[in-house]
Amino acid sequence: MDGIDLTVHEGEFLTLLGPSGCGKTTTLMMMAGFETPTEGRILIDGQDVTHKPAFQRPLNTVFQNYALFPHMTIFDNVAFGLRMRRLPEAEVRRRVYEHLEMVQLRGFERRYPWQLSGGQQQRVALARAIVNSPRVLLLDEPLGALDLKLRREMQGELKKLQRHLGITFIYVTHDQDEALSMSDRIAVMNRGRIEQLGTAAEIYERPRSRFVAEFIGETNLLPARIVEQRDRSTLVDILGIIGRLTTHRYPQSEVYASIRPERIRLASSDEPGVEGRVWDTVYAGPVVQVLVHIPGTDEPLQVIAPPGTHLARVYPGEAVRLTWDSEDVVLVA
Amino acid sequence: MLAPITLWLLAFQVVPLLLILVASFASRGRYGGIVYKFGVHNYVRFLDPLYLDILVDSVGVAALTTAICLLIGYPFAYFLAQQPLSRRHVLLLLVVIPFWTNLLTRTYAWMIILRGNGLLNTWLMGLGIISEPIEILYTMGASVLGLVYVLLPFMVLPLYASIEKFDHRMLRAAYDLGATPWQAFRKVMLPLTMPGVIAGSIFVFIPSLALFFIIDLLGGARTILIGNLIHRQFTQARDWPFGAAASVILTVMSLVLIFLYVRFFNHETERVDA
Repeated sequence: MDGIDLTVHEGEFLTLLGPSGCGKTTTLMMMAGFETPTEGRILIDGQDVTHKPAFQRPLNTVFQNYALFPHMTIFDNVAFGLRMRRLPEAEVRRRVYEHLEMVQLRGFERRYPWQLSGGQQQRVALARAIVNSPRVLLLDEPLGALDLKLRREMQGELKKLQRHLGITFIYVTHDQDEALSMSDRIAVMNRGRIEQLGTAAEIYERPRSRFVAEFIGETNLLPARIVEQRDRSTLVDILGIIGRLTTHRYPQSEVYASIRPERIRLASSDEPGVEGRVWDTVYAGPVVQVLVHIPGTDEPLQVIAPPGTHLARVYPGEAVRLTWDSEDVVLVA
Repeated sequence: MLAPITLWLLAFQVVPLLLILVASFASRGRYGGIVYKFGVHNYVRFLDPLYLDILVDSVGVAALTTAICLLIGYPFAYFLAQQPLSRRHVLLLLVVIPFWTNLLTRTYAWMIILRGNGLLNTWLMGLGIISEPIEILYTMGASVLGLVYVLLPFMVLPLYASIEKFDHRMLRAAYDLGATPWQAFRKVMLPLTMPGVIAGSIFVFIPSLALFFIIDLLGGARTILIGNLIHRQFTQARDWPFGAAASVILTVMSLVLIFLYVRFFNHETERVDA
């Protein structure tokens, strides 16, 4: 890890998002108590838990491989944490049934983990964690092993559950769609650092670094030249189109402009535009993806054309003029 | 036509057992040997408190040996399973190497170490820890020591196999749910490594009853356990039928104890994943 400073708000759904090896799981493990940070502190509700072992922290974890106890029934699995705390058996029974109901696994109490499907096991792992009413629930890529349809379903259910329970969720994933759809805030991580922390919209529309712009969704990174910098705005030259952006100052004169494919459109005759030739079109169901070759650039420009527009009907080889709104441009170093 | 394995089992396992069984109901000849006068007199004779005491002592020694092997063997097997693979192979080799030396020779080595003016006493006296030599050799304790030394690998290897297969992430989940290390061990790791514990225990318990010469050499004349007893019937006492009866009793008792042991521990763990 290269230095993390993170404050998680009570009741929020925070996701640590990043590619493999970025340190998101390590961070989660440090929160849980399975790894010790070399430097720094971890505080929960103001209490320093940095050197407290996992079983003394008021959190619970849903592991990537579920880690259900194979020699115990579903009931005993879910009851485990409560029994470790020596709750009276009647209370244990009440809570276990309540939570099995919550994850729609009522009736499965006497079964064993190996008798359940992946999705069901995942829900048992969830119940087993939240039955203990933790202050924070940590989830380490819990949906990784499920097929797409089931994942989507579970994402919705997790979000609903989190809202219903009001428990703080800290979620780790490398799947940005998952992160964008479920989280209140996302911490995009890379190489042991947090590159950007913000809501899904902030991350997507206002990426602060090249990495974030490229990692989240698709984007076009165009070389840009800063023509003039004023207090409130910056004049930028992107491929010949000069636009005024309200943006931060950038120290270098060579920066990149990140423009999302869906923000590029055909230029009308009285607008400035970039000339190019359609290289390929890809039918992607709800939209058409158009790749346009712009002279002077290495990579084709990616454009998403909504159905029914003129852009959606271009054919390879056709000459086009493209433009965009300055508000949709984000400068990244 | 019977399969070769069946013939082999019949010839070398079943038939000898049957011979012993038959002999156990026979009688002793005047100068030894078997006279085929059948009855249950050998079994009745065994019901004497003298012999029953020997049986109980033997089970006690075997159980003690097994317990000590478990207490030493489990942590060691656990430690072994934590090592990186390269070091693991070396350590396993070290565990197995003693097998390459003759069992009897190793037992003699222990005699040299443990006797009155042996290595242990000379050493302790030299260090000033004791002023008079301790009498270890020719006691029950020495027998147990010898048995543990010889049988420890039989406990370590099956335990290691079981622990190696154990998914340590289960322990993490247990800690996460509030279990202390001891609770996590008792409730999660032990049940799931139980096959290794049971296998190891059986591999130690049975030989402990049978390795009579270790008990003879290290325990001396004072230590009579069932193994020595049977041995004596076939040598000095020349009462083969009685020896046969004692063997049958020993075998049946071992089977019953194993059965109960396995039942008890399997019941404890409900279900163990293969």
